[in-house]
Amino acid sequence: MSSQLIFFMLAALSIISALFVVFSRSPIYSVLWLIVCFFSIAGHYVVLNAQFLAIVHIIVYAGAIMVLMLFTVMLLNLNKETEPHKTNLIKFAAIITGGMLMLVLLAAMRSTELTTYVAPERMETGFVQNVGMKLFTDFMLPFEMTSVLFIAAMIGAVVLAKKEKH
Amino acid sequence: MNELVEHGNPQNWYLVLSTILFSIGVMGVLFRRNGLIILMCVELMLNSVNLLLVSFSAYSGNTEGQVFVFFIMVVAAAEVAVGLALLVSIYRNLASTDINILSKLKW
Amino acid sequence: MDNFINLTQLITPASLIPLFPLLGFFITALFGKQLKHFSGWFASAMILLSFGLALHLFLNLPANQSLNFNLFNWIKWGNINLAFGFLIDPLSLVMLLVVTGIGFLIHLYSIGYMHHDEGFSRFFSYLNLFIFFMLLLVMGNSYLIMFIGWEGVGLCSYLLIGFWFKNDSYNDAAKKAFIMNRVGDLGFLIGMFFMLFYLGGLDFETVNANAINYPAGSSLLVAITLLLFVGAMGKSAQIPLYTWLPDAMAGPTPVSALIHAATMVTAGIYMIARSNLIFALAPFTMEVVMWVGVITSIFAAIIGIKQTDIKKVLAYSTVSQLGLMFAALGIGAFESGMFHVVTHAFFKALLFLGAGSVIHAMGGEQDMRYMGGLGKYIRITWLTFLIGTLAISGIFPFAGFFSKDEILAASFGANKTVWILLSISSMMTVFYMFRLFFLTFSKSFRGTEEQKHHLHESPWTMTLPLIVLAIFSVGAGFLGMPAVMSSTHYFSQYLAPVFEGSKSLITEHHHADHGTELMLIGIALSAAAISIGLAWSFYVSKNQIPEDEPQGLSKWVANKFYIDELYNTIIVKPIMVISDILFVLVDKLVVDLIVMAAAWIVGFTGRTLRLVQTGNTGFYIFAMVIGMMVLMFIQLVY
Repeated sequence: MSSQLIFFMLAALSIISALFVVFSRSPIYSVLWLIVCFFSIAGHYVVLNAQFLAIVHIIVYAGAIMVLMLFTVMLLNLNKETEPHKTNLIKFAAIITGGMLMLVLLAAMRSTELTTYVAPERMETGFVQNVGMKLFTDFMLPFEMTSVLFIAAMIGAVVLAKKEKH
Repeated sequence: MNELVEHGNPQNWYLVLSTILFSIGVMGVLFRRNGLIILMCVELMLNSVNLLLVSFSAYSGNTEGQVFVFFIMVVAAAEVAVGLALLVSIYRNLASTDINILSKLKW
Repeated sequence: MDNFINLTQLITPASLIPLFPLLGFFITALFGKQLKHFSGWFASAMILLSFGLALHLFLNLPANQSLNFNLFNWIKWGNINLAFGFLIDPLSLVMLLVVTGIGFLIHLYSIGYMHHDEGFSRFFSYLNLFIFFMLLLVMGNSYLIMFIGWEGVGLCSYLLIGFWFKNDSYNDAAKKAFIMNRVGDLGFLIGMFFMLFYLGGLDFETVNANAINYPAGSSLLVAITLLLFVGAMGKSAQIPLYTWLPDAMAGPTPVSALIHAATMVTAGIYMIARSNLIFALAPFTMEVVMWVGVITSIFAAIIGIKQTDIKKVLAYSTVSQLGLMFAALGIGAFESGMFHVVTHAFFKALLFLGAGSVIHAMGGEQDMRYMGGLGKYIRITWLTFLIGTLAISGIFPFAGFFSKDEILAASFGANKTVWILLSISSMMTVFYMFRLFFLTFSKSFRGTEEQKHHLHESPWTMTLPLIVLAIFSVGAGFLGMPAVMSSTHYFSQYLAPVFEGSKSLITEHHHADHGTELMLIGIALSAAAISIGLAWSFYVSKNQIPEDEPQGLSKWVANKFYIDELYNTIIVKPIMVISDILFVLVDKLVVDLIVMAAAWIVGFTGRTLRLVQTGNTGFYIFAMVIGMMVLMFIQLVY
């Protein structure tokens, strides 16, 4: 029972924080709520016995990406509510569309036939050793290639963000 | 559907949860006009997919799913770096991050 | 066994022969600007290499042997297997040597002749391409390969006639040549279809092997050979498809020499000689070939008498000589026809190049009425031109004497009427050639002072080919001396294996005895002497100059019997009228309407749909999500 309890608490936390991300007036609150959401997702990873990913998730998202976001918010001085209000029609349409998408996706999920045999608590798939073995044997080339991707992203970011000379 | 699971949570729960998170992300993209928040909603959508992949990996005892999540994180990090750089550049030129200002690309 | 090894060793050099000119074409075409005047030397070197290889084959191919090999399978479809292959036998070797040898000399000549032209490299790339296609034509081991070369030389001929494309009338001449050749090619093409359908293939071996099974004179073989002959009529400028050749003189003079005198126009003769077996099996076609040849020969000779343009005279002379060759083929004297092809190639190339040298000296003037007395100024040209004129006139011991005499002797044996007509044609040839020679080189200069001042001998690149060709025009005839002078006829002995199959089929082929032969030679020589005398008395003693506006019959002749105008009225004009009607009815009303409607619909849809492109990012995202949703929904429901 306890695992169910943990799941529901984490699920509630992630859904609520996700909603706050969307509906917060100020960008800075959105960022902070997103961090909460990411932590809850990391919790899910732990429950699913994927410790390595949980740690990486926290380091990458909470530690790097969200800090970057925060810096951007402060740098651009976006923390006050400057966004002009959208018309109610658009808000309504957005919510309806999002809800319908959810319904369609859930309907699709319902028709799936899941064939699960083992509970995740017994599995060792998420251990660092196993993921590491996979990464450095079968996925060696893609893994190395990610460094090329990062270089490209870094150069791109520098080129895009640097001040243009007039 | 999940009679075969010995104990623990049925996987369907994770499916529903990630669907809900994904839909919230889509809604955010539709709802907000601030480029930064749209970027964050995209991150949210990516994470919901990650969660789905991890759950499948865990329930089927296959590590590949987690490796995939790892690569998605890599791509997400790169995407955020470039996206934020774009945003900074847009803000510098237009003094705003409202995506509706960017409507030059039309007939 | 020894021979077998020798033959396989020859495959590589044989396949390299056409590749050098192709390489030359690509390099001069692509890097012509960088190579500048070096491209002329490069192109000539390529032809010289091919000539060397051809010589190598000539020396090493054992007598009575031929080299027939396939390079690759080209078209494989059902029972039909068309391979891309070459056939090297005495006949193709003779043509190879003529094409590359004379081709090289003319390349060399062009370096001097075209020196000041802005299209220098373009000219040489076309020339090299021409040689490439001509080599394919003569080397191919099937009618298909021959046809590729056949079409290719037609293309090059078009490109080179219209070489100075800024002049509209030159372009018209090029189009005329191209279209007239198409008419002939259609015949060739249909003939090939017949062969493919009834004779089981297109390569010479299969065609010959299967044709033997048909009785001589069967309607199928007559149809095939007649269709092939239509192709030959177009390419070799026979009545009624000859009018393009005189107009083709619009091209640069080396082109007239190479393509429209020495090589391409003899392709028809080559083709018939190559197909000698099936032609021999169709006596009716042989008769047609003979009469077309005879009539063309005499008709063109008559027109030639009254022309005043130096190149036009030579062009009609070419038509006339080609007619002579066809007459020889029609009689069944294939070797004699081919022998005349070779000697004619030498002296006609020489005459054209000489004419080019004259035109060069005159600064572009081509009208003989404004020449005269040039012998003093351009000595080498004068001398070589005289040799060429004597050769074409058939004066002993020049090359033309032997080949022409052979044809006349053969025709005497076959059909006396033909012999008389051909002799008259030869007499006229002698007359107009000496008329040309006297008008150009004798008496006093009739041009302007400025031209007189400008007169000069051509550079060595132009005179050297003249000298070499003059030597051959004197010497080539000794390869085939009549029986009365020598016991061996080297040329026909060499070619004998090619015509072996058809020899037995041609009945009226009996050699005249020595007495008759001597008599024929005597008649021919005295006829030539009379003609020279006539030309001398008209144009030297009486110092006549062709009047600007001839009257009566000579007006008809000078205007080429109005054949061009006739074709224009009965073929071109009706086609134009029909085209106009179709233009208004079909093109404007039907085709244009459909096309315009299609364009309008596309434009309208575009104009309407582009309103969707609002530029609003939020709207795009909405559209994307809804589209995604709809797709998933459809997937779910169905």
